[in-house]
Amino acid sequence: MKLEARKISFRYSEKEREIWKDFSLEIDSGERVGLSAPSGFGKTTLCKILAGYEKPESGVILLDGKPLSEYRGYCPVQMIWQHPEYAVNPRLRMEEVLRDGDQVEERVIRGLGIEDGWRKRFPAELSGGELQRFCIARALGRRTKFLLADEISTMLDLITQSQIWEFLIHETKERGIGLLCVSHSEGLLERVSTRRISLENKEQEAIPADM
Amino acid sequence: MKKRLCWNQRTKTLILLAVAVFYLAGVAVWGLVGRESALVTDFSRKNLTPSLSYLFGTDWLGRDMLARTVTGLSISIIIGVCAAAVSAVIAGLLGVAAATLGKKVDAVITWLIDLIMGIPHILLLILISFAAGKGLTGVILGVSLTHWTSLARVIRAEVLQLKESTYIRTAEKLGHSKWRIAKKHMLPHLIPQFLVGLVLLFPHAILHEASITFLGFGLSTEQPAIGVILSESMKYLVTGKWWLALFPGLMLVLTVMLFDLLGECLRKLTDPGSVHR
Amino acid sequence: MEEKILLEIRNFSISFTQYERGLRQKELTVIRDLNVRVRAGELVAVVGSSGSGKSLLAHGILGILPYNSRCEGEILYRGEPLTRRRLKKLRGREIVLVPQSVAYLDPLMKVGRQVRSSRKDAESKNRVKALFRQANLPENTEDKYPFELSGGMARRVLVSTARMGQPNLVIADEPTPGMHLDAAKQTMQAFREMADGGAGVLLITHDLELAVETADRIVVFYAGETLEEEPASAFMQEETLRHPYSKALWRAMPAHGFASAPGSQPYGADRPEGCIYGPRCPEYTCACGAEIPFVPAGEGWVRCLRCVEQGEGGEET
Repeated sequence: MKLEARKISFRYSEKEREIWKDFSLEIDSGERVGLSAPSGFGKTTLCKILAGYEKPESGVILLDGKPLSEYRGYCPVQMIWQHPEYAVNPRLRMEEVLRDGDQVEERVIRGLGIEDGWRKRFPAELSGGELQRFCIARALGRRTKFLLADEISTMLDLITQSQIWEFLIHETKERGIGLLCVSHSEGLLERVSTRRISLENKEQEAIPADM
Repeated sequence: MKKRLCWNQRTKTLILLAVAVFYLAGVAVWGLVGRESALVTDFSRKNLTPSLSYLFGTDWLGRDMLARTVTGLSISIIIGVCAAAVSAVIAGLLGVAAATLGKKVDAVITWLIDLIMGIPHILLLILISFAAGKGLTGVILGVSLTHWTSLARVIRAEVLQLKESTYIRTAEKLGHSKWRIAKKHMLPHLIPQFLVGLVLLFPHAILHEASITFLGFGLSTEQPAIGVILSESMKYLVTGKWWLALFPGLMLVLTVMLFDLLGECLRKLTDPGSVHR
Repeated sequence: MEEKILLEIRNFSISFTQYERGLRQKELTVIRDLNVRVRAGELVAVVGSSGSGKSLLAHGILGILPYNSRCEGEILYRGEPLTRRRLKKLRGREIVLVPQSVAYLDPLMKVGRQVRSSRKDAESKNRVKALFRQANLPENTEDKYPFELSGGMARRVLVSTARMGQPNLVIADEPTPGMHLDAAKQTMQAFREMADGGAGVLLITHDLELAVETADRIVVFYAGETLEEEPASAFMQEETLRHPYSKALWRAMPAHGFASAPGSQPYGADRPEGCIYGPRCPEYTCACGAEIPFVPAGEGWVRCLRCVEQGEGGEET
């Protein structure tokens, strides 16, 4: 399976500058692409476009050759946000958050180090690291084919970061899930990705990384 | 992690809530049951000042002012509940409609809200009540058609904000239907807002009912409504019969304040930020 | 250098009262027994992850905590207690905060004016220009409104604001998240320069790698407690670190093996008795269930029974 952005352009409103212009990107299943770019580059916007949260002004997002917008119901491309606090409903218990996912397996929940006691709690009673584990678990439902990780471990401590990534690398490998990892940490990208994309001056250059 | 023994904000709030509910329900029921005694005239006990047997005194027809006041208040409370409920339902429907049915519907509803808010409340109330033939229906219609605007605004804003929140957008991508998202993710946010809005509408409704009745555009003068009592008492005030207006007036203020307090309590209890207080 | 201690925080604790289920209230300790010293010309980095309570630390020092919180302990500035009144006088002049959130910028004012604090003379205008150039912000940034800036740019504007005056003490709350590595490094360099200019800088951050590169001393902060304080050079090797948590952090750095350790940082009510790292510590013994003191060890300080025991033998090497 292949997730493909074909010549996409995007801006938030007519008056604003184009954040992306004729940008193309391909991610294969089982591939882990590391993306880095200076701040203000629109990395989060790119993830939102790829996951179907925003519509590009021109160009298409293709999943398996078919436009992503034509997929109904569960979106096979799932995004994990930088700030888990905003990605969960503050009035729902964590077990409900997990239930929102697509039959998330117990193995995934355990693998992410989610403790049983946390499930009965409200988001305000958990730390950012704990919340992020739930968000990742929710995104790893049965039908997920691609995962977009937008700076998901930026605010976490290094140990939690490696816990989460260790699991994610294993899980995506096992299930053949394609992964886009957006981060500003060179070290992390080196560890995680099978292929690196580093964006400077809006021109794409691919640097093959050998793991 | 010491547990505090003294009463905290939440306990106090709950006790206040219980007192307010008890008082209001009590007045409403007592007023309905004791309606007959409020109408009894007895010229042998004309114009009595407040005493132990007649706590609020009697009027120029020898009617017991306590019974009249309570009956008047119970009518007010019932009208208030009806009007506030109708008003809140209108607000809920229009608020949600404005936020979900697209730009045109939103523009129309927002315009309507602005229009109604632009006209002085009491003027519109009198107009509607008068057009609907005064009396009970007139008052309820008048109050409910004029009071929904601010709550509708609140609900519209809340829904608009919720629609754009990350967790609801995420729920969409997780393939949940609109209906399920509304039920699971939006309702828990809207219900507290709605309840608080509803309760805070009561005092307005009661006050406005009393005031248009006082002005003669509301309930008919045979009814022992609080507005009627007050307007009649005004005539006797100059002759030194102060108790005729004072006690009913005080009771009205107390009722209104209790409802207001009730709303505030509810708001505090349902606010998730109140965890820290 | 020893004599000029600018800021000293002693046995500082912050707690909140919070509701549990229903009506019960409890007291939640978010920072416990914190000790930090900042000397003039020194850059001290407090490193902790989200949920460790480190943002509250900055707010606690500057006296801008929410009303349901309670502080204990002492904060000394130039050897004298930092009272509310004194703080009011110093805040914004001698002591400045570089806030965490970009929301601290006034959305209705052009950033150039905000940084100048409405001064209009040519000198301050030029200074703003120079500072912005130093921060690698584009030429016309001062005429922009905050919403026109990206998160990283806005952060650099905040840092420039702190450099406008001549502060003696800078407290920076998480100045680099979401920044590209180069931009983050530049920002850290700006703090380094402020420290080299004689100011004391207390940097609160989650980014251990960046902190090691620029700071003089590093305080490892975990679940509201300081576990270890060491010169930054100690973080070059695992062996020079004392606390098991610091070691685990070191091993988890992508450059040092990316090794994970089980468990997670306790939050709120989950706090264990005794050693806060106890449940995750491979070297946990029964003695660790008691209160653990923060004691000097070598060039640093540590809160770990085992390290102290070992330290009594051949410490000074």
